[in-house]
Amino acid sequence: MRYAEEFRDPKAARAHLDAIERLVDEIGATAEKPVHIMEICGGHTHAIFRYGLDRLTPPGIEFIHGPGCPVCVLPMSRIDECVEIAERPEVIFTTFGDAMRVPGSRKSLLQAKADGADIRMVYSPLDALEIARRNPDREVVFFGLGFETTTPSTALSIQQAAREGLENFTVFCNHITVPPPIKALLDDPHMVLDGFVGPGHVSMVIGIHPYDFIAEDYGKPIVVAGFEPLDLLQSVLMVLEQIRDGRAEVENQYSRVVPENGNPVSLAAIADVYEERPSFEWRGLGEIDASGLRIRDHYRDFDAEAKFGVGYGAGMRSVQEPEGCACGEVMTGRIKPFQCPQYGKGCTPEMPLGALMVSSEGACAAYFQYGAIEAAE
Amino acid sequence: MCLGIPGQIVEITDADRLMAMAEVSGVRREVNVACIMDGPLESLIGAWALIHVGFAMSLIDEDEAAKTLEALRGLGEAQETLEAMAQGEAALEGSL
Ligand code: SF4
Repeated sequence: MRYAEEFRDPKAARAHLDAIERLVDEIGATAEKPVHIMEICGGHTHAIFRYGLDRLTPPGIEFIHGPGCPVCVLPMSRIDECVEIAERPEVIFTTFGDAMRVPGSRKSLLQAKADGADIRMVYSPLDALEIARRNPDREVVFFGLGFETTTPSTALSIQQAAREGLENFTVFCNHITVPPPIKALLDDPHMVLDGFVGPGHVSMVIGIHPYDFIAEDYGKPIVVAGFEPLDLLQSVLMVLEQIRDGRAEVENQYSRVVPENGNPVSLAAIADVYEERPSFEWRGLGEIDASGLRIRDHYRDFDAEAKFGVGYGAGMRSVQEPEGCACGEVMTGRIKPFQCPQYGKGCTPEMPLGALMVSSEGACAAYFQYGAIEAAE
Repeated sequence: MCLGIPGQIVEITDADRLMAMAEVSGVRREVNVACIMDGPLESLIGAWALIHVGFAMSLIDEDEAAKTLEALRGLGEAQETLEAMAQGEAALEGSL
């Protein structure tokens, strides 16, 4: 219980851990034959490592780290396209800071900025809108990325820009959705997944029903969870209870924030502004059907892909991953981060080679930050 | 970027654009409140919300706000978000 003192309520944590241990025994899971639980969200991956939950829980549980870190799954080609847009003299390129260090095949946005491109880190697409208002003679592009939690923010910003008739604001849309990659992973014959801890803040927007297929079509339990360590422990417990009882249901541990049917205003804005792309590329996972969003023709004036002629449909896109990088295998849980030949050598949080090392929500960065010592032992 | 941060709505700043001032860990930041609107805008004053990249996404109670903030501090995310807000502010002037 090395980290026990860090729990807000150590007694409750202990009780949850004891209950988890009993259930793992009841199920008969062992280190050799563990139950595989995927936490989908990168925020959960971060919390699991930060609080050492992977070590506090019995060896009969193996956490598989899901694809839910938007920075980590961004294909290199998209970063290349960002750089291409950002290097135009008329452009002010705005982005969340998280994306700055993601390696592209030529350079990262950070390097492009050092080389003179006008790239600005913003907190919100609202900042980008304001920059566009203040710089009518420049083209302001916002790098829209993230899952359903962030998608409403760019949708509402585009609606606002349309209302104001702003002509110098576009979004380079890289929004992706959570359910399709989960389906792709469940269809992958190499993957062994016994249950899921579902993302809390994505579900706050989309509700819990988009996960029905996990229970109904694949017979796997999923519990939507908050990101406090106690939330996570309780959710793992709920997944194990379902496994023990032979149930497969969508349960909501985070109902204090996640409404069953999501947030109607956000969903309406997303539906108005975006439509599904036929497929979208995920770093390490490849093209996944209907997993990305594009801006509807109706809002074409605010689509950077249309304005600058880059992105899907414009030329050859596929870009080779760097030599020796095992991001794909880590992403699909085939190997642990420290088994990548580049881990801690050619690839560190300061000098990331792969995207999983960039964000604290990436499995490699989380391992490196909190688990490097144990991994090496 | 993916985790929200709790803030308290203290003032409506632009009713047309559905913008309000929120106080987040002692820092003031203008946020959009379209997603949490339920009745007159003024009724939001004093309310706590989970704020995500400048958009109030979900109303929460004060106790939940405190717990969430503590969890975010534990993960180092609270500090990161406040830094991102300051960066955003600076970006308006072109200095970052
Ligand atoms: S250590 Fe770096 S290169 Fe290897 S899998 Fe992780 S992010 Fe990719």
